[in-house]
Amino acid sequence: MTISKHSSLNSADWSGKLFHVNHFFRTKLPALFKRYPFAVIGAVTLILMGFIAIFAPYLATVDPQAVTPLNRLKPPSWDNWFGTDALGRDVYSRVMYGARVSLTVGLAVAILSTVIGMAIGLVTGFVRWLDPIVMRIMDGLMSIPSILLAIALMALTKASIENVILAITLAEIPRVVRLVRSLVLSLREQPYVEAATASGTPLIKTLLRHILPNIAAPLLVQATYICASAMITEAILSFIGAGTPPNIPSWGNIMAESRSLFQIAGYLILFPSIFLSATVLAVNYLGDGLRDALDPRLSRRM
Amino acid sequence: MSKTKLLELKNLCKHYPIRKGILSRIAGYVHAVDGVSFSIYEGETLGLVGESGCGKSTVGRTILRLIDPSAGEIYWKGERIDQLTRAQIRPYRKEIQAVFQDPYSSLNPRMRAADIVSEPLRNFEKLSQAEGRERVRELFALVGLRPDQMLRYPHEFSGGQRQRLGIARALSVKPKLIMCDEPVSALDVSVQAQVINLLGDLQKEFGVSYLFIAHDLAVVKHISHRIAVMYLGRIVELAETAELFNRPSHPYTEALLSAVPIPDPKHQRKQIVLGGDVPSPINRPSGCHFHTRCIYAQERCKVEEPKLEETSPGHFVACHFKLNT
Amino acid sequence: MSQTTGKPILEVEDLRTYFYTRDGVVRSVDGVSFSVSEGETLAIVGESGCGKSVTSLSILRLIASPPGKIVSGSIRFHGKDLLDFSDAEMRDIRGDKISMIFQEPMTSLNPVLTIGRQIGEVLELHRHCTKEEARSRILELLKMVNIPEPESRIDEYPHQLSGGMRQRIMIAMALACDPEILIADEPTTALDVTIQAQILNLMRELRDRTRAAIILITHDLGVVAEMAQRVVVMYAGRKVEEANVFDLFEKPMHPYTLGLLNSMPRLDDAASKRLVEIPGMVPSMRAEIVGCAFAPRCSSATERCSQESPVLQDHGNKHWVACWNPVRHGARV
Repeated sequence: MTISKHSSLNSADWSGKLFHVNHFFRTKLPALFKRYPFAVIGAVTLILMGFIAIFAPYLATVDPQAVTPLNRLKPPSWDNWFGTDALGRDVYSRVMYGARVSLTVGLAVAILSTVIGMAIGLVTGFVRWLDPIVMRIMDGLMSIPSILLAIALMALTKASIENVILAITLAEIPRVVRLVRSLVLSLREQPYVEAATASGTPLIKTLLRHILPNIAAPLLVQATYICASAMITEAILSFIGAGTPPNIPSWGNIMAESRSLFQIAGYLILFPSIFLSATVLAVNYLGDGLRDALDPRLSRRM
Repeated sequence: MSKTKLLELKNLCKHYPIRKGILSRIAGYVHAVDGVSFSIYEGETLGLVGESGCGKSTVGRTILRLIDPSAGEIYWKGERIDQLTRAQIRPYRKEIQAVFQDPYSSLNPRMRAADIVSEPLRNFEKLSQAEGRERVRELFALVGLRPDQMLRYPHEFSGGQRQRLGIARALSVKPKLIMCDEPVSALDVSVQAQVINLLGDLQKEFGVSYLFIAHDLAVVKHISHRIAVMYLGRIVELAETAELFNRPSHPYTEALLSAVPIPDPKHQRKQIVLGGDVPSPINRPSGCHFHTRCIYAQERCKVEEPKLEETSPGHFVACHFKLNT
Repeated sequence: MSQTTGKPILEVEDLRTYFYTRDGVVRSVDGVSFSVSEGETLAIVGESGCGKSVTSLSILRLIASPPGKIVSGSIRFHGKDLLDFSDAEMRDIRGDKISMIFQEPMTSLNPVLTIGRQIGEVLELHRHCTKEEARSRILELLKMVNIPEPESRIDEYPHQLSGGMRQRIMIAMALACDPEILIADEPTTALDVTIQAQILNLMRELRDRTRAAIILITHDLGVVAEMAQRVVVMYAGRKVEEANVFDLFEKPMHPYTLGLLNSMPRLDDAASKRLVEIPGMVPSMRAEIVGCAFAPRCSSATERCSQESPVLQDHGNKHWVACWNPVRHGARV
């Protein structure tokens, strides 16, 4: 481990930080890997995708929108690593930028639907008379296939990433509400919640102090699955033209534009789908790993 | 033992409706508690015993207003409290606390021990960080836990230690009455003794009263000043401890006492083995609920419900043919 | 008390059952030996975690493997080591020659099968009866365990019966094929005390009729006093004392046994008697225990106790104790 000779850095400080990071990579990471190999692979893949998304402008070789009709439908070569599409655009650069859309949509939907779903689920679990009303609404939402729901919502508004996020979120909320509600219903009966009431804890504080921390783990796991599902839904929506506007490259869009050409230029579909699949798989692995790690019963089994 | 009356129950009832069918018609009632009356005085322990389904836990939870009573009156220091709303009851929670049965699920697994123990305190008093820590340290010492365990999580403690945490939690607000719902049933024998002794010591030191709910008669004997025996939602006998064990007057009490195995292989005693099972609290036998299993049952018992009567000072029995009197 | 012929039919020698978990090796049973004679009732007493249940599961080879494993030792049934038996041979033994009743009658019965079907299953497997033969045998069994109206019960489901009745069904299932050994793992712990009295009574009657040996696993010394002829006391996976029931209660020699007897609240105690505690708690089974497992809590512990694991010694009349400083003239405090 070499210590940087930069004079502007306090060498003692810097080596301290590096030491901790190094310590992590040397001891904790291998142990984590041994225990949850797939989850670590998933996490690393996601970090890589995030890296690609953030640094897309630097990773892309050319402007993803740059149209070069003379160069169209060229297979992968040294100039265009992933080939070019029907308009001569460099597929590699478009795929790099596509990561931004997918990850943004995935994360945004996961966070929004989890937060909103949790709020609704908490209230429904505790306020008895609201329960049947809210659950019937959720049942209604769930009975519409999420794709169709999203399409319908997109048809009502103009195509944009924000609207895609909203549409998919709406489709995912009912599942979160169901999960939270069932967790709250079972947690409500737990003796320690009763004990809190007996201790004089008011309802809101009970929710925050006792219920919330105990639903955080299953919710987190659910959020990762929602992220994966949202990314695929976005791709499907874009594929059928009801998603991200065509000028913004997203993995779904790239595949959509090339779907009639896949027999002659299969690489156009291949590369974006590899990236999409890898990302979704990574998210799923991470979710499974989190679920196993956070389940207190599994970790304490004799 | 002072004679200040803290808690009084008058004809407490709790019925759960059973709904059947699409329209949720009421098909019947589970009579969990059916007219229970007793009082608890300052500094004493009232034991409440009975087998599963007798309603003793329900009585305890109703007093704590974790469940709302269906009928009857509850008085605390002379004031009627059963009709108060949840919000109005809150200040009384400082005076009536609880220790629960399961040491594993009565503590929030994601909270640190110090936070669990101080929760009632934080609900009622504004304390600075330092003051709070000091109070928790005192409480830990009172129940025999070390201060270095304050920041641990429940799963790092043994069953007996967790129950101590529960007791510390109940004590934190200096209550007058602690409802102990089967506090030692889930513990090993050698640990039970520790916790029972602890409860006794705390009572001597602070004069706190206990409503000690249990099914184990031997345990109840060691801690109670008076004992009430319940069967199918009613009290069948209430007396001072020594009196109850020496001169049980209700056939059920007699059977209960004889059923407890004595750890002495040479011990020969009259064993009354009750036939049949405990009837369901939905379809209770008519008249005296116990008549279906009572070895002394007569015609009158099938028809007429016996009232709780005082046969000698402090000794109440609900039976037409009281024994040993 | 029933008579035993004194001829050992089951001999457990130096049994070790370990569980390999992520956090370490749990030595649940760490060198336990005992024997059961024909018609004898042996009680294995101890608190939770002492290994008594795991011992009984090991006898029937019901240990989930992984993470558990019977590491060493022998379990000789009529001279043949059960640990050498194949799975098929063990299945023949289970329910037929050695049967078991469990603690929770609510969860040990299949909720979707009728009582008749469940008892019938045992008969079908081991006795290859026809449906009629099975039915009459089932009725006989139900009558034997004092189930009222057996003809209608036979077609009922477990949820229609009370806890006490379910435990009787379990006993009927266990005795269906006239086993030589009945292992009862905390059979009355989950039951009310008046029902417990019924079940213990029933077990005593049946024991006299069928002359089956019983291995009774329990933590309740009162039950031991009522049922057992010989008692094995276990602590932290090891046997610390073994004696006949009278000697154990009158002259307990191991400090743990004495502590257990003294700390139990008893009906015949004076009401305000303060219970004698055993300080401390049961050691964690994950770490290797050096020396005597009870030493940290023992008032008679010496240097030797924490370094050398005590060996079982016969103090006369087949009273075995594993202690360097056994209690002299052991008497209740």
